[in-house]
Amino acid sequence: MITTEAKHDNLSMSDNYLNHTKGIKSWLFTLDHKRIGMMYLICILLAFLLGGIFAMLIRFHLLTPDGALMTQDQYNQAFTVHGAVMVFLVIIPAVPAALGNFVLPIMLGAKDVAFPRLNLFSWWLWILGLVFFLISLGTGGVDTGWTFYTPYSIDKASSMGGVIPALIGAFVLGFSSIFTGMNFIVTIHRLRPVGMTWFRMPLFLWGTYATAIIQVLATPVIGITLLLLIVERSFGIGIFDPALGGDPVLYQHFFWFYSHPAVYIMILPAMGIVSELIAVHSHRHIFGYKFIAYSSIAIAMFGFLVWGHHMFTSGQSQLVNIIFSLITFSVSIPSAIKVFNWLATLYKGSISLNTPMLYGLSFIFIFGIGGLTGLYCATLNTDVHLHDSYFIVAHFHYVMMGSALIGFIGGIHHWWPKMTGKMYNEAWGRFACVLVFVGFNVTFFTQFMMGSRGMPRRYATYQPEFQTYHVISTIGSTIMALGFVITAIYLLHSVFKGKKAPRNPWGGRSLEWQCSSPPPWDNFAEQPEVGDCYDFSVLVWNEEEQGYDWRKDAVHPGE
Amino acid sequence: MSNTDHNHIEVGHAVPIKFLTAICCLLLFLTAVTVWVSRYDFNEINIAEMGIIMALFVATVKATIVGLYFMHLRWDRPFIGFIFIGSILFVVLFISLALTDTMEYQPEIIPGDTPAVTAAMDKLKESR
Repeated sequence: MITTEAKHDNLSMSDNYLNHTKGIKSWLFTLDHKRIGMMYLICILLAFLLGGIFAMLIRFHLLTPDGALMTQDQYNQAFTVHGAVMVFLVIIPAVPAALGNFVLPIMLGAKDVAFPRLNLFSWWLWILGLVFFLISLGTGGVDTGWTFYTPYSIDKASSMGGVIPALIGAFVLGFSSIFTGMNFIVTIHRLRPVGMTWFRMPLFLWGTYATAIIQVLATPVIGITLLLLIVERSFGIGIFDPALGGDPVLYQHFFWFYSHPAVYIMILPAMGIVSELIAVHSHRHIFGYKFIAYSSIAIAMFGFLVWGHHMFTSGQSQLVNIIFSLITFSVSIPSAIKVFNWLATLYKGSISLNTPMLYGLSFIFIFGIGGLTGLYCATLNTDVHLHDSYFIVAHFHYVMMGSALIGFIGGIHHWWPKMTGKMYNEAWGRFACVLVFVGFNVTFFTQFMMGSRGMPRRYATYQPEFQTYHVISTIGSTIMALGFVITAIYLLHSVFKGKKAPRNPWGGRSLEWQCSSPPPWDNFAEQPEVGDCYDFSVLVWNEEEQGYDWRKDAVHPGE
Repeated sequence: MSNTDHNHIEVGHAVPIKFLTAICCLLLFLTAVTVWVSRYDFNEINIAEMGIIMALFVATVKATIVGLYFMHLRWDRPFIGFIFIGSILFVVLFISLALTDTMEYQPEIIPGDTPAVTAAMDKLKESR
């Protein structure tokens, strides 16, 4: 049935979610998931800028063995703030809160999420978390590392004064995450339209669902952990302080029981995005749909069983080391299943090498390296050598930054025409993607090499033998930063001067491509018809629209 | 969806305030029991750690009451109860591995208390 699409194309001429109501209050107190997603996107990208500035400070400081820019205390603050901002403010909420909030209800065929007020509250909690982090910078700073390990973080005499505001900030951000996860679980369970069965949902929704399960199950643990840490630091109870009979390794158990599932909160929705990018931009049905869907759930479940692999050299017992090492090997299997299925999707596809696809391909390459290097970290005898070295830094940047963040940026490019109603400059997009890809690999591959040769992490000064590696890594980071700056410029330029986007610029089949760009206020005037969201054979390029439309002889779902 | 009261199908099941107040009073009573148990000398019964066993038993009863009545599981579909038990399984997973780790590295711990612990214990003995 075409009536739904025609109505929304007509609506997009005069009325969409961007101009439906006016004024700053209509944004700050909106209940519309699209506006909330857009506000999250802007705030998260600004937080990414803040974390990125600290990253560049770190890289430029490490140009010389004695440290070019900062004192050792300032360096400790720099890597702590970089890590805390990037983990808690950027990468954990990025895909679920920014892209998920915008895309999930439309892709599902719903008018909004299940609890719109809770959704807005989640955003305000994010803002509150950011405020507490900024307060921590102003009340003495934090130099404990983003992991807040005991006993240093509970030692008021040694560590800096901003620890408690930072802990409160992370606590508040945890609740933002929990409420978002709960909202998504209920939305996916209860607001699916007629015909949208579980196995007709796009894989981005499976990824987001698996992420939401982890958010709801794991995040309360970090909440309690941070509360215990605040109480310990304030009142000296003796939970984690060895001088009072406490156990500092217990803190690490508490911390990593959340923080390992947290890395799957970061990567799973990005993997969901990649499934969409690869399928849509190679115009080929996703290979192994059910395998990819089940692997998302498997990763979510397995992720709860492996937290101890962050603690192999912490004093953890031999027996538990062996258990965690063994299970950690098994958690790589569902991730590998996804990669094989993506590659099989590409095979004999009609591949369009546009910007979202380039980011998708970058993800597969970078995640391959990141995942495989995780196996060296999972092996007990090699991890003894590699732990707390730059090898680990490189590994987690490959999976968290090179994979999760690249997936996020690919998703931004993929859904940018839908979100803004404008097309960005494709040439600049491809160029910036290449810069980011090359810069990323130059930055972090070098770090694998110096880490395996003994360069420790979180050190403000180092032996002269590592200087060449650091200089190359800093050059790479500069190239990457240039790529991000160019990306920001052409995306912002497109908002004001970009060509008007058609309803379906890429030829997607999921429901968000059936409403106008930008979408109307209420997403769908009539309940959309659900078909196979990876059957691209029914679409054809429309030269007049400069986008994809239904073939004249195609059978619409429901007919 | 939770089970509905047959007389008010469109409203859903509402627990009377008096009932909830009675449950609250029961929980407060059990809290008082826990405090009493912590101070009672169980040496006559000659069971080791009786105080901890009693306190954990009372805590389990209280958590069950909270789950059944305050969390509405008593009137909800069994599936909701399974979800709740599922979350308990995650707690069991964490506690069991963390405790296993603690037990396994006991032989490597240097025996004796730190000076700060000794001072704190001495102070506690003096206050008693």
